[in-house]
Amino acid sequence: MKKLFVGRKIYLLLVLIFLYAPIVLLIAQAFNKSTSLSVWGGFTLEWFAALTEAEDILEALKNTLAIALLATVFATILGTIASIALVNMRKKARSVIMGFSNIPLLNAEIVTGISFLLLFSMLGIALSFGTVLIAHIAFCVPYVVLSVMPKLKQLDNMTYEAALDLGAGPVTAFFKVIIPDILPGIISGALLSFTLSLDDFVITYFAKGRGFNTLSTLIYAETKRGIRPEIYALSTILFVVIFVALLAMNRPKKAVNNK
Amino acid sequence: MNRKKLQLFATPYIIWIAAFIIIPLIIVAIYALTDSSGAFTLENIKAIGIPKYARSLGISVLFSLITTAVCFFIAYPIALILKSMKIKNQNFILFIFILPMWMNFLLRTYAWKTILIPNGLLDNILAFFGITGFNFSDSAAAILFGMVYDFLPFMIMPIYNTVIKIDDNLINASRDLGAGYFTTLRKIVFPLSVPGILSGVIMVFVPSLTTFAVSKILGGSKYLLIGDVIENQFMTAYDWHLGAGISFVLMIFIIIYIVIQNFIDKDEGANLI
Repeated sequence: MKKLFVGRKIYLLLVLIFLYAPIVLLIAQAFNKSTSLSVWGGFTLEWFAALTEAEDILEALKNTLAIALLATVFATILGTIASIALVNMRKKARSVIMGFSNIPLLNAEIVTGISFLLLFSMLGIALSFGTVLIAHIAFCVPYVVLSVMPKLKQLDNMTYEAALDLGAGPVTAFFKVIIPDILPGIISGALLSFTLSLDDFVITYFAKGRGFNTLSTLIYAETKRGIRPEIYALSTILFVVIFVALLAMNRPKKAVNNK
Repeated sequence: MNRKKLQLFATPYIIWIAAFIIIPLIIVAIYALTDSSGAFTLENIKAIGIPKYARSLGISVLFSLITTAVCFFIAYPIALILKSMKIKNQNFILFIFILPMWMNFLLRTYAWKTILIPNGLLDNILAFFGITGFNFSDSAAAILFGMVYDFLPFMIMPIYNTVIKIDDNLINASRDLGAGYFTTLRKIVFPLSVPGILSGVIMVFVPSLTTFAVSKILGGSKYLLIGDVIENQFMTAYDWHLGAGISFVLMIFIIIYIVIQNFIDKDEGANLI
């Protein structure tokens, strides 16, 4: 039995090494004097300094963040309103709408990507920031709906009616009673949207047009001709920021669990 | 507000779905079924039968099946191990397995390429132990390796989420009644984890069937996957009708696949996240 237990730990460790090996390599590369990924040329911070002058990388970073933020805000609002309406519909009507709404979730990203490319070119809209934003909102909304809907289904209608009986208007009651109750769903939908938008490559690639880049599409172009070390530096910064943010978010829950 | 009024709030979303989900897909279908002069044709659909495209589709189906199977066989024991470790903070587990996804996946794939190339990290480590002659770069194995790497978390998370919810009392009862470890696994744990497996399978199979960047980075363009074929038509060959035709075929594949899956798993897609 003990042998099995050790075997399990080793297996878990191997899978974690598998998952983290490229990340360790990439972070090491951000501090590597040599530009080759297989040679260690000594420790340096010069790539971080060079990053401040790499205008195209900073531009791509700005685009990525702007699109992720805007897509999150729009998708969260649209998805939350839609969920409230959907939950009040009869099951049949709801199922039909949900079926269509879930298409981007289930369809191949490449098909979603080219469908936007064809739509915008048919309408004569030049591909750029706006088209990428619309595409991102479109693939994020279904995730918001799927996060918010379960919370709405659990909602007790009594509290809303009690608020009305106690003299609150429907709008006040909505913002003071319903929204706080479904807030966890809204937040997880928003976080999911932000993550998906930040990381998206395939749909962005088809909806972006020439000359416009997010970090993903810039990196893809560089995988063909060799990645500049400044990209490793930026990715390391982003990874550390997110690592710290996620740790901070997990902290309070940990404390509660331990009690 | 009464229900009727609330239902009206669905209008913006319905318009949104029509404009940005349904109409774009109809346009794909229109492109797929016409030629450059706008006349109706089935040539773009039939193109999937042309040997070089049929080969790409075949390779894609094969690679995605292997990827899905390998991901499952790696992920399932992980889910069981994590359950047996009885870690109180489940968020932490989620954190550990999702964190790698915050490094851009193209960069992570590229990192594997540099690990796998001749004279790369792996080659040097193996040489240290006196093993030489391995060459993983630009091979089918390298593409599969990269695909398993990229999609593994999507298999681990849903399986873990269902396995963790299985009541320990059921497992203990089975053991008390004389069933061995593997009998309990086969008769109790496995059947109860089927919903998680199904979501894991769908979350790995569809993306790996249609991926294109991974094969380009790791396969050195030796293996043209169906995703690469579509990308080439849109981005370099500029035959959008042919590209749409192949996408259309791919979409039909996915629809059939999802319909079959929905028969097994009746749940408005709630398991997907």
